[in-house]
Amino acid sequence: MSEGLAHVVSPLNGARFDGLISVREMAPQGMITLRGDLAAPAIKNAATGVGGHDMPGQRQASGDADRAILWMSPDELLLLLPYAEVPGAVASIGKLLEGSHALVADVSDARTGFELRGEGLREVLAKLAPADLSPGALPVGEVRRTRLGQVPAAFWLKSEASAQVICFRSVARYVFDQFRRAAQPGSTVGFF
Amino acid sequence: MLTLHCPCCGIQADETELAPGGQAHLTRHGPGSSDEDFHDYLFTRANPRGVHFERWRHAAGCGKWFHAARDTQTLEVFGTYAAQTLAPPQHIRDAITERRPDWTWHASGRATE
Ligand SMILES: [Zn+2]
Repeated sequence: MSEGLAHVVSPLNGARFDGLISVREMAPQGMITLRGDLAAPAIKNAATGVGGHDMPGQRQASGDADRAILWMSPDELLLLLPYAEVPGAVASIGKLLEGSHALVADVSDARTGFELRGEGLREVLAKLAPADLSPGALPVGEVRRTRLGQVPAAFWLKSEASAQVICFRSVARYVFDQFRRAAQPGSTVGFF
Repeated sequence: MLTLHCPCCGIQADETELAPGGQAHLTRHGPGSSDEDFHDYLFTRANPRGVHFERWRHAAGCGKWFHAARDTQTLEVFGTYAAQTLAPPQHIRDAITERRPDWTWHASGRATE
């Protein structure tokens, strides 16, 4: 028998669409929810140790493509890391937080991610979310938790031409189809 | 369209991102209370045409509960504040009084004449 991880696939198997922007389902990514008192040194050490970057401020994403810490609420962080590292990371956080009031959960298989590329991505997101997508209201590097159509999602811009979206795995098809419609060629609004 | 500032994450949230939680600052009457108190806790609301205190949850956002003070007649929002309070804080009361000088705070969920 082969060793190591079973072959992990994302729900849409890397689906892709090119229109006003390009939409690509990302490969499975490791995600750990960490909840607790974000001002507590033990939580900060656990988050930055696994997340590999500084603690994010309110609504901020701190990190790069491989590893990041996202501020999700006043007592919740989402740690992004390579998929294969999650079991080890959960164990090490558990050890660091022994005796603290905290929650650590591997949510990698509960979610899926999309990458948006192209200059029109603010407009495509604005068609689907009741959020202010103007550069002043949502600067690059700020996480926005909202809904896309009828389902919750979180997204942040890495640059004006690149964004990442996270939603529940069970609604991956619905979210992808919405992006396909919102990014149809010829549907530019030109608001931003 | 109603938008409320979520005091937990700082987002100006659209109503469709929020879940309503009914009237705020009710005194809960549970097991051991009189039938009359329990009845009033469940059913009796002042429901004035005007100033309301409400519970809202930033359901599609940060997930947290907060309180809002607003006028259901004009849809004016006086302010939002932490859910961990038993009564509207002073700055919210002041904001209401400035716009509605005849307004007074009734510390109960019961209907008042
Ligand atoms: Zn919020």
